[in-house]
Amino acid sequence: MDLLEYQGKQLFGKHGLAVSDGKPVTTVEDAVAAANEIGYPVVVKAQVLIGGRGKAGGVKLAANEDEAREHATNILGLDIKGHITRTVWIEHASDIDTEYYASILLDRSAKKPLLMFSIEGGVEIETVAEETPEKLIKHHIDPLVGLTKEEAVKVATDGKAADDVIEGVADALVALYEVWIEEDASLAEINPLIVTPDRQVKALDAKVTLDDNAAFRHPDHADLGDSANADPIEVKAAEQGVTYVKLDGDIGILGNGAGLVMSTLDVVAQHGGTPANFLDAGGGSDAEKVKQAVELILANDNVKAVLFNIFGGITRCDEVANGLVSAFNDLKPTVPFVVRLDGTNDVQGREILEKAALPNVHAATTMDGAAEQVVALAKGA
Amino acid sequence: MSILIDENTKLAVAGITGREGSFHTLNNRAYGTNVVGGINPKKAGENVEGIPVFADWKTTVAETGANTAMIFVPPPFAAASALEAAQAGVELVVIITEGIPAHDELKLYNQVKRDHPGTRIIGPNCPGLLSPGKANVGIIPASFFKPGNVGVVSRSGTLTYQIGNELAQKGFGNSSIVGIGGDPVPGSSFVDVIELFEKDPQTELIVMSGEIGGSAEEEAAEYIAANVTKPVVGYIAGFTAPEGKQMGHAGAIVSGSAGTAKAKAEALEAKGVRVGRTPTQTAEIAMEILGAPTAA
Repeated sequence: MDLLEYQGKQLFGKHGLAVSDGKPVTTVEDAVAAANEIGYPVVVKAQVLIGGRGKAGGVKLAANEDEAREHATNILGLDIKGHITRTVWIEHASDIDTEYYASILLDRSAKKPLLMFSIEGGVEIETVAEETPEKLIKHHIDPLVGLTKEEAVKVATDGKAADDVIEGVADALVALYEVWIEEDASLAEINPLIVTPDRQVKALDAKVTLDDNAAFRHPDHADLGDSANADPIEVKAAEQGVTYVKLDGDIGILGNGAGLVMSTLDVVAQHGGTPANFLDAGGGSDAEKVKQAVELILANDNVKAVLFNIFGGITRCDEVANGLVSAFNDLKPTVPFVVRLDGTNDVQGREILEKAALPNVHAATTMDGAAEQVVALAKGA
Repeated sequence: MSILIDENTKLAVAGITGREGSFHTLNNRAYGTNVVGGINPKKAGENVEGIPVFADWKTTVAETGANTAMIFVPPPFAAASALEAAQAGVELVVIITEGIPAHDELKLYNQVKRDHPGTRIIGPNCPGLLSPGKANVGIIPASFFKPGNVGVVSRSGTLTYQIGNELAQKGFGNSSIVGIGGDPVPGSSFVDVIELFEKDPQTELIVMSGEIGGSAEEEAAEYIAANVTKPVVGYIAGFTAPEGKQMGHAGAIVSGSAGTAKAKAEALEAKGVRVGRTPTQTAEIAMEILGAPTAA
């Protein structure tokens, strides 16, 4: 789950990383009240999960109440690349002497957390990595030990941070690792990490991604993210424990197992079709789960035909068939279905479907054949 | 020969008393796998259709000589159970559980590597392994596969079955099928398993099935070019996946321009590995390379 800037900053603050005082607000009146309370000048920042906020007019400096009101009015509701701004973060404007960069992410190749630090902050870090790689310090952290202060000092020193802020930067890096490890983040990035004229080190922005698999041990994370801008079908799917990703096409796809579903999307595309979604019904799908999944697929009005591609391992094909029959009884879909069942209990599954004689359901035996058939049906619909 | 599991496998299962755990354990036993025990601290002393249940891994290994562990316990406890199996000296730990926090996997990987180098982990979030005719550890539907000369290694469970089944339809059998799982920190990578297939005399061709996210396929491409004499055929899923969206598997995500299916396929092809565009085409390439199927 990606966090909004202010949510990331609140986590930073919790772990002792310095951030400016601020408040998230959703109305102009609250924005003005917050700005008056915090004290001018303030920055009014759109809270959306997309880059380029500044260029889109989503970040403005306000010197007084009138300006705060004007900016909040303009930014609340602002559409930034398809993301509607519903919340603005009002924070006290910081004086900036220097802009650094710091991040921690999971290096899947090294199988260790990777700390990156650069004194070239405030710009795209990819550009720094490409053009001046010597200015990007990369340091692998031993997850069994954690990031020690000594290591952090070395990273700050190697990165050529100003002498009088080595301590401050090192403390910020240690705090950033604490955020990463204790909040179960997969990414914690500060760009820029600023040095103020009075030599304080502060996070001016926050980009944090949390591991959804760790949600069970972080009940306080439940309200984070930007669910207001999420696709409603994706939100409902997540509540049901099903992985659904909305796509642009017109062929609804259900499969079991992420790899098989990805492959099914590819094969449908190769046959000239366009998938409307990715839906992994998951291992051990029972009849109820399958019915819910059909409901999710059909909630997308673009869907003209549906492909079920099941290869049973932990999933039992008879359960899938029962779910489909029950879905047809309740939902009475009007679009054609192509169903391919193979694997555990496939014979029983096919028997169930044959007996039920569902309207407009076509059985297929191979994945390629199923894809070809569903593309033809979608085009004919 | 086969790799990792065979007639000498002595399997014990953590989570044997759960719905899925018992279903698949009994399936594994019915296939001929020697299942020697199970673990559930609350049900020690009981049995699952004759399979004794113990309180912990240490006791299980002491009582049964188990050399292979299968982990079926829920995500919050799975990494701890896997570590306990490694501490008890189990050589092969297969983690089926999906949804384990990435940090738990990260710590497990590093701790086993540091303190228990004799233990190999397969998974998490994987379908397990099958050495046709010898042993089945996990949830792979074994009836589709027969013994043969093709080794399969895959990040996806169901895609493993799909490709294995395509090969079977062409008349090929398998030495072993290994699902390494779709999580960000797998215990074993493509390289680890391909190294074993290279050494296995039964294996004459290796099929590797990858997907978007990470760089394991690119690393495998480098390794194959430098170290593998046997033909390798690749498949990559996720050509149509949009950037920044997690496609089911926690590890299947295109980040910016990194981890795309196209880049992976190109990395493999640049090193002389042929890559099928569909599971069917992948099997066809394998057939073309091997000629007529031969039974092992």
